[in-house]
Amino acid sequence: MSIMSDPSVPEKILEVKDLKKFFYAHKGLIGNHRQEIKAVDGINFSVFRGETLGIVGESGCGKSTMGRAILQLQKPTEGSVTFEGIELTRLKNHKLRKLRKDIQMIFQDPFGSLNPRMTVGAMLKETVQTHHVVKSNETKEYVENMLEQVGLKKSFYSRYPHEFSGGQRQRISIARALAVKPKMIVCDEAVSALDVSVQAQILNLLQRLKKQYGLTYLFISHDLSVVKHISDRVAVMYLGQIVELADKKEMFNNPLHPYMKALLSAIPLVNQESRERIILKGEVPSPLNIPKGCRFHTRCPFAKAICSEKVPELEEKKEGHWAACHFA
Amino acid sequence: MEQPQLKAGPITFSKPSKKVVSRRSSKILKHKLALMGGIFVAVLILLAVFAPLIAPYSPIRQSYAEALKPPSSAHWFGTDTLGRDLFSRIIFGAQVSLKAGLISVGLALLIGVPLGMISGYFRGLWDDLIIMRVTDAMLAFPSLILALTLAAVLGPSLNHAMIAIGLVFTPNFIRLVRGEVLAQREREYVTAAKASGLKNVHIMIRHIFPNILGPIIVQATLNVAAAIIAEASLSYLGLGTQLPTPSWGAMLAEGQGYLQQAPWISIFPGLFIFVAVISINVFGDGIRDWLDPKIK
Amino acid sequence: MVKDLLSVRHLNVGFDHQFGHTAVIDDVSFSIEKGETLCIVGESGCGKSLTSLSIMGLLPKGGRITDGKILFQDHDISHKTTKELSKIRGKEISMIFQEPMTALNPLHTVGHQIAEVLLAHEKVSRNEANQKAVEMLKLVGIPSPEKRFKQYPHELSGGMRQRVMIAMALICKPDLLIADEPTTALDVTIQAQILELIQELKNKFGMSLLLITHDLGVVSETADKVIVMYAGQVVESSETKELFTHPKHPYTQGLIKSIPKMDEDEEELATIKGTVPSPDEMPEGCRFVTRCPFAKDICHQKKPPIVNVGHEVHCWLYSDDNVKGGIPLVDNV
Repeated sequence: MSIMSDPSVPEKILEVKDLKKFFYAHKGLIGNHRQEIKAVDGINFSVFRGETLGIVGESGCGKSTMGRAILQLQKPTEGSVTFEGIELTRLKNHKLRKLRKDIQMIFQDPFGSLNPRMTVGAMLKETVQTHHVVKSNETKEYVENMLEQVGLKKSFYSRYPHEFSGGQRQRISIARALAVKPKMIVCDEAVSALDVSVQAQILNLLQRLKKQYGLTYLFISHDLSVVKHISDRVAVMYLGQIVELADKKEMFNNPLHPYMKALLSAIPLVNQESRERIILKGEVPSPLNIPKGCRFHTRCPFAKAICSEKVPELEEKKEGHWAACHFA
Repeated sequence: MEQPQLKAGPITFSKPSKKVVSRRSSKILKHKLALMGGIFVAVLILLAVFAPLIAPYSPIRQSYAEALKPPSSAHWFGTDTLGRDLFSRIIFGAQVSLKAGLISVGLALLIGVPLGMISGYFRGLWDDLIIMRVTDAMLAFPSLILALTLAAVLGPSLNHAMIAIGLVFTPNFIRLVRGEVLAQREREYVTAAKASGLKNVHIMIRHIFPNILGPIIVQATLNVAAAIIAEASLSYLGLGTQLPTPSWGAMLAEGQGYLQQAPWISIFPGLFIFVAVISINVFGDGIRDWLDPKIK
Repeated sequence: MVKDLLSVRHLNVGFDHQFGHTAVIDDVSFSIEKGETLCIVGESGCGKSLTSLSIMGLLPKGGRITDGKILFQDHDISHKTTKELSKIRGKEISMIFQEPMTALNPLHTVGHQIAEVLLAHEKVSRNEANQKAVEMLKLVGIPSPEKRFKQYPHELSGGMRQRVMIAMALICKPDLLIADEPTTALDVTIQAQILELIQELKNKFGMSLLLITHDLGVVSETADKVIVMYAGQVVESSETKELFTHPKHPYTQGLIKSIPKMDEDEEELATIKGTVPSPDEMPEGCRFVTRCPFAKDICHQKKPPIVNVGHEVHCWLYSDDNVKGGIPLVDNV
């Protein structure tokens, strides 16, 4: 039960503070030449109940690692993750397991995230039973209903994952996440492996379920158009940090950070008359060797001297619109 | 890999129909083989269980007048140097050899699979340092010498020989299972299972184990064969089955000196070992396929 | 009339297997003029990659061209031997793939591999070839090409590898470049770089480009002409602009509508119901009939005619009989 005093102030369901996740690479045969890979390097944001927060960024920006660190699937190196007031990073294993009922995850790969040796029914049943969602004699009926909820047939209950197409498998994943009545779902590239017509089906389904069950989504994707479609607010990640965070409309109409501007101009669009295109130089630097100052300055078309010296903080430039750039 | 696109390339596109068809035909063939293997294993077990009823002679009755007789209507498989009926000895020998093969491998499975799974699933220091170093050390030793030492320490008897063989085979399973688990635990379905709040033990048993069963079965059936031979070697050196109890391996060894004059002494037990091993193998493959929902 | 560089006519491709034959590509025709960019667009399994592999004579095992012609500079190359084809491949027609890591040999330096292509087709010394390879690396925008020349594929990033592939494909200055999903594995910012590079080199060398992609955005921004494929057949072919402003085939319309738009907000995305049928269970008549919201009886029975509606669309909805019969046309998105 939430202790909400003022209903006009949106309630934070998830709060991430200074989250860091480093990996270590060992180099050299002798000695301990440890190299730090800063996959996630100090992330702050909150998710409000009932909203969809989109996280967008290119491969290697740390968005997936961040998702897993939030869910404690990979222990964060530093920082705190609070879900409904409970600090997850210090939670004991058994308590964390119980809490997983409330915060579920949907993965990118519809071929890898389902156990090939288990029937759809068995898979859904075990999570439902683990979290005691319904009485055990009602489990089968409940699971079958869940399958229908996501647009699958009841008869799929006793079939194996390989019998389904990518879109159907993603529906199974969604049903599994939904079956334990979660409050929040983290979607990690949930539609990226699908063809565009199937992707549209799944996006619509996610939207419908959100309304129906009052869910909160953290939607991680590399695809700007998908993120724009589904999110209420959007955060942009670059090299392990958030560089811009704003309301969706504001973000797409009035991007402040040069990286977001470049991303927006780089997406090939259907039927777009010629537009100004910012082609970024070079590639994303390695997280082993993060540039000094602003991490984006090596590729930024507007970089000035200060950018390679001083780290720009993520500041509120306008109400609700945060950006980490000296010139935004 | 973060980038998406599990794009069906041209090859996957073309395959479905073809794959289904050829898989179906080879499936039927495999099915038949597995069935035959299963039937043969069953027949051997029945022979072993009902040996006293089936065998025409006592396996230990000696008769010097009958020594080294070739196969005939009286002695189907001929007789050995002591005039014992080889057919009867092979039927009784099935008791020892099957027992030795199955129980020693069963023991190795019982110890090796859980250790391998825990070691692979949890990783960590004690896995790398203790389990893996010990198994490596054991694997580095010639297995027969190790079994010999163990059997000698435990004292000569069939049961002790089986324990020795089982222990010697255990590292194989630890290694295999650990490797398979290491590969599986990185798969996304395991992360998904963790994310949905399942217990580690549950994930290990219900999710990972079924996915590594195939290689375990193959390894186990191969080791059954090896165990039958190993028991024979131990018996030959006097550390396994005690004379005059017949075992296939011991019989094979006994015939060695008479390969010129009386080849049947070695041929028939050899043949039975061979057929038993093949049957267990194809039967194991059959079980593996039967357990795979994709091939079913 | 401008002569076509490549003309594919009534191409049929199928796969032989022990229990018979499965037809996969059905009656695909298109042509590319000199200097032109043609896109084949469609979702996974539509046969777009297979079409391009047929041109290169690189069909996977069991695959065979069962009917039709592939005219390259007026010569039919559809039934040439491997030896004859190898003279054309890499020299006159080159190809780049989606995943350059698998298309490059991990055991040789990238420079060596680029030079190899030149050595195979032209009488040059190893030194000259190496020099040319360095030049190519520079041309495709790889910084410090002399250093990169000596590196192995795994030492390069995805974008760099794709540049190496392009250098390799273009070193003999081919007349036609086939690019099969060249940017699908890359990030948007790198994709933009690579598309721009391909465009630039195309103009520089006066090549024609056959681009295979699933991304309608890429099509819209690069192609002169487009053919849309579905389940092994062409459903619509048109000038690019015309296609996106007046898509006629229900599949094309559905595809365009199901992309989330960047410039407007929509509550719900339009979808195409169902999934692509597998090659074994292709419907009679129009292959899209199982998913088409406008399917009529005739669509189930007979293969759709090619109707000219300003461009070509393979659909019963636009045939004369239908129009006269008072069935309303579906128009515009």
